[in-house]
Amino acid sequence: MSVFQTNFTMQTDTRRRGPVVEVLHQLLCSGTFLTGVVIVLFWVACALLGQHFVPYNALTEDIINALAPPSSEHWFGTDQIGRDVFSRVIVGSRDILTVAPLATLLATLTGTALGLFTGYFRGLVDDVVSRILEAFMAIPGPIVSLLAIVALGTSRIMVIVVIGLSFAPVIARTVRSAVLAERELDYVAAAQLRHESTVHMMFVEIFPNVIPPILVESTVRLGYAIFAVATLSFLGFGIQPPSPDWGLSIASNYGMISGGFWWTVLFDALAIASLVIGVNLVADSVQAALND
Amino acid sequence: MVFLGGQVLPGNVGRAILGPFADQGAVDTLNHTLGVDRPLLTQYWSWISNFVQGDMGTSYIYRSPVAPLVVDALGNSVKLAFVAFVLVIPIGILGGAVAALNLNRPLDRIITLGGLSMTVLPEFVTGIILILIFGVWLRWLPISAAWPHDAGFFRQLYHLILPSMPLFLVLFGYVGRMARSGMIEALDSDYTRTAVLKGLPWRTVIWRHVLRNALLPTITVIATQTGYLIGGLVVIETLFRYQGVGSLIFTAARGKDFPILVSGTLVVGIVYAVATLAADFLYSMLNPRISLGNEQ
Repeated sequence: MSVFQTNFTMQTDTRRRGPVVEVLHQLLCSGTFLTGVVIVLFWVACALLGQHFVPYNALTEDIINALAPPSSEHWFGTDQIGRDVFSRVIVGSRDILTVAPLATLLATLTGTALGLFTGYFRGLVDDVVSRILEAFMAIPGPIVSLLAIVALGTSRIMVIVVIGLSFAPVIARTVRSAVLAERELDYVAAAQLRHESTVHMMFVEIFPNVIPPILVESTVRLGYAIFAVATLSFLGFGIQPPSPDWGLSIASNYGMISGGFWWTVLFDALAIASLVIGVNLVADSVQAALND
Repeated sequence: MVFLGGQVLPGNVGRAILGPFADQGAVDTLNHTLGVDRPLLTQYWSWISNFVQGDMGTSYIYRSPVAPLVVDALGNSVKLAFVAFVLVIPIGILGGAVAALNLNRPLDRIITLGGLSMTVLPEFVTGIILILIFGVWLRWLPISAAWPHDAGFFRQLYHLILPSMPLFLVLFGYVGRMARSGMIEALDSDYTRTAVLKGLPWRTVIWRHVLRNALLPTITVIATQTGYLIGGLVVIETLFRYQGVGSLIFTAARGKDFPILVSGTLVVGIVYAVATLAADFLYSMLNPRISLGNEQ
């Protein structure tokens, strides 16, 4: 009996490790994935270490040199109160790279829990919860987050909570449909015959098998979270001054671009663009690798 | 399922938007005392019954009735959204079709990747870059959407080109992708093979058989994008200083002008619900395989 069991576990082990290695291999061979990872890691490094390497303090004002065009002294020029744009762009990655991933994490945790719950129990629970989630998804998202933040006040925690909760229904839906498919498979029936508890069924049996779709969905959501945080900051409802956040910098400087001061906004815009595209390249290649 | 949901939900949408914000208006007047007690319900009821009769209350900021403000702003937003849709529908479908006909060739890659990258960028980022290129450096287009008071149709259109571009770019990715996958599926199908084997000219096959079937999913995508568009309008109208419903809601949100905030949001919710419903009807009209009333 024991021999049989060890054999059995060994077999599942190789079966389990196989696909993971294969997926990793496929990802590391994909140019899209590597490009995305390099871009994202660059900004993560800037967020973590940037402030030690930039030539100026991102918050130091220097009114005499305000709105100076790019030069050897200020690579990206200075903004309207003389802060160095290059330093601000580098350090500006910090806030968005804290808020957006935390919002995504919250969305993933809530969404996964709801999805497992509705998918496993089905029936009345599923009907009620799913209808409520659909109602949330039916309202235009940006408007909801805007109103919620106006009503509840602007703070970093609030932005994380609002974006996290507004993304949770989408993840819940994905997880639910994956759970519904898994539920019908033999290993679930076997576990049921063993009289395993509901919690065991949901988290030990089914959960490991729905990780791939969760992974795909949360990397995709991370891209949207960065989009949403940047947009809210641009509108003045996200990250608050004096943070050198990119969306915030664009909002405070774009009024002057008709005067030709392009350097105050262009680099921030390009920074957001590169980060969003980087995350989406990663998301796309993860999706492609896991769906094969 | 989604289909049913779309039809049941509009009622909930209104209530979901209304509920918390009627509270907020009351919270403000009742000096930050929260609670869903009777006076609040009465207030809510009188407000909703006035709203239905077209009286949306008086704005705190503008000190004038809300209804005309909202109606004007909605008109402006519709103009902007219309320009974006008029541009994106033919170009998006064309782009998707060209990509599908050149499947996996460089042209397909360029259209797909380009469209996808544009879709994921926030509107204010593409907006800023477009303003810099066309408004500041080339000076081809005006950077503000606010046209002179006596501007005619073409003048207004001229001012709307730049603001509609970011919306166009985001939508292009979605529409193009759906058109492309619809085309690929249709090109691969038996009826296309039959049509080709019948000896029909390639052009006829594409126009009459492939494109017609490929457009169905595209239409739904276009309609579902109204929800996105409303969110995008808030950003675009703020960026281009355009007096639309998005910037109206935004200004009201900043100034805590609850009558405008509530009415604006409700109007947007209604527009969204109507658009979703219209999409459902359109889809079932165009697709004989789906009929209304059939629940599954």
